[in-house]
Amino acid sequence: MYSLNQRFDNMEIPEDEHMTAGHVACAGCGASLSMRLALKGLGKPTALVVPACCWGIIPGAWPQTAMEVPFFNTAFMTTGAVISGLKAAYRRRGMDDVCVVGWAGDGGTYDIGIQALSGAAERNEDVIYVCYDNEAYMNTGVQRSGGTPLGAWTSTTPAKAPKSEPKKDMDEIMIAHRIPYIATATAAYPHDLIAKFKKARSMRGMRYIHILSACPPGWKTPENMSIEIMRLAVLSNIFPLYEVENSEVFRQTVIPDEVEPVNNYLRSQGRFKHLTQEDIQVYQREVTTRFERLKERFDRIAV
Amino acid sequence: MLEQTMSNVKVVEGSEAVALAVKGCRPEVISAYPISPQTHIVEWLARMMANGEMDTEYVRVESEFSAASVISGSSAAGSRSYTASSSQGLLLMTEVLYCSAGMRLPFVITGVNRALSAPITIQIDHQDTISLRDSGVIQFYVESSQEVYDTHIAAFKIAEDPQILLPVMVCMDGWILTHSYERINFIEQEKIDSFLPPFRPANFLDVNNPKAWGSYSEENVLMEFKYSVQQAMQYGKKRITEIFAELARITGRDHGGLIEAYRTEDAEVILLAMGSVVGTIKEAVDELRSIGKKVGLVKIRCYRPFPHEDIWEAIKAAKVVAVMDANFSMGSEGALGMDLKSKLCGMRDTPLVFDFIAGLGGREINVKTVRRIVEKAEEMLNKGLPLSESYWVDLNPEILP
Repeated sequence: MYSLNQRFDNMEIPEDEHMTAGHVACAGCGASLSMRLALKGLGKPTALVVPACCWGIIPGAWPQTAMEVPFFNTAFMTTGAVISGLKAAYRRRGMDDVCVVGWAGDGGTYDIGIQALSGAAERNEDVIYVCYDNEAYMNTGVQRSGGTPLGAWTSTTPAKAPKSEPKKDMDEIMIAHRIPYIATATAAYPHDLIAKFKKARSMRGMRYIHILSACPPGWKTPENMSIEIMRLAVLSNIFPLYEVENSEVFRQTVIPDEVEPVNNYLRSQGRFKHLTQEDIQVYQREVTTRFERLKERFDRIAV
Repeated sequence: MLEQTMSNVKVVEGSEAVALAVKGCRPEVISAYPISPQTHIVEWLARMMANGEMDTEYVRVESEFSAASVISGSSAAGSRSYTASSSQGLLLMTEVLYCSAGMRLPFVITGVNRALSAPITIQIDHQDTISLRDSGVIQFYVESSQEVYDTHIAAFKIAEDPQILLPVMVCMDGWILTHSYERINFIEQEKIDSFLPPFRPANFLDVNNPKAWGSYSEENVLMEFKYSVQQAMQYGKKRITEIFAELARITGRDHGGLIEAYRTEDAEVILLAMGSVVGTIKEAVDELRSIGKKVGLVKIRCYRPFPHEDIWEAIKAAKVVAVMDANFSMGSEGALGMDLKSKLCGMRDTPLVFDFIAGLGGREINVKTVRRIVEKAEEMLNKGLPLSESYWVDLNPEILP
């Protein structure tokens, strides 16, 4: 089905849990599983900064929280800047070992938070920024974001007028910032995701990890299909898994043995139900073109 | 009498006085973004950093929004934090300031007063900082660069008081204070250090004792969170007065408490104002007193929390209070006028209150302007008509539509 292009050195998924049961995420939520796995990779000491997004709600309402690491809820646009200040303060107070992680959705990253993120990246702040990307403003009821893919239904791009623009290529924007580490990941490949968080933790400077995160109510998918759908995104090159060091070394970490057509991925989700065969052909061309551009760079530098 | 050595006295630019006060307070994190007329402050701080005179984290952000966000993060980690801004930049910070007050993050911001667009201008009034009055940020206004220096040193101690824990904004008029040179008495570092010990709060984002900050809250708790900010403001009135007095004992300079009452004892007409214009008003009061007019001044030093008890004590025997507002709430009145009237409403035998809008967008206020305001207040008093609308001073009818 696929082969791995990174060694896990007999990695076992750590048994430590840094979030508890009792959180309020929807059944089948890719974002809650991604956090659970990411924290396994990161370990402690870690502090999280989360703007307005599903994850602002998932830990539960005051005075409860499902989180066992410091968790700072912040305003929508602020994540890149708050993590900069938090890290500066820890460094100043002799707690430089604390890994400061911003954890924002696609709205908070592609749209409203891009300025603060770009500023932090340009300054090469010593932080990890994670975009868990469920491809719309899910927390407010599935409105279109810059991360919403071409042709998708959302509540502001109804099926009769679905999104007419392709997804913003946020990864390329981050690559253009020439930061030490960029990776894509998904909970469908937990070893790969955890390895990337472990690696990010071991590095200094700005690190950006882009997680594709299935959303059953927003994608209109059955709750038990999230992992399979995220895997299809990888196998059809819609969401290739790779990592980039210093914008120079590109490595695809999960390589499909045989690339799936995008049709299977799109047909698995209600949000693409209205697409015609012609639409899907356009979609396929978009995906292929983008992947070919990426692949050139994978190919240029042999691992 | 306090000893003052020559080394403690220097003529410096107002912005440098702010930077030197900040440096003396040993902030651990500073964020910086330029906007006129604030920019000199962060430039002075950058120079002090580069010259090795000051050791701090200095984050050169990409917007005022991020300037406020950086210090909200650093303050949450328990670090003394500072930034400065002005005008549009302060408005851009608004969302973060509300969040920070709600999370009880005690950083200090210098709010360099400048009018708001449109039309675009870099001239001064108080519309920018007044627009933040409801945020939960404590606000001080100052008359001189000496006062701005001293107030910054008090500001950190006030912000960090365990029962206050709120952001503090020291508001100073742009250009008039930031860019003019004044003789400043500086406080020795050892004295600042003993007045202001390192900030080590009981609560911070502690990895050994993880807590969630700013969590989602429902209707069963939000009111209590907000009320606790008001409680801190109310408690703050007493504590701010004590801290100002404590600093005055160290410096030998007493700028007053929450307000300064100037020649109000037997005054029939009292002017109420804040900011650098107070210096001009004091001169006008002296002139009017010299010709036998019973005029006084109440200068507001602390605008939030609003010191209505102290103001009442100073004005209760007067016939009329002429409020000078360098701001305006469109569709209503000036903010100071509204604040005062709302507190007097329902009380007996109060002076009449007239609200004058003066000095917007840098419009000059000189001694003659103040005298005209006093005359107008007397005239309205004699007519016995309370003015329900603000009186806009020195409008030019030729350019009105």
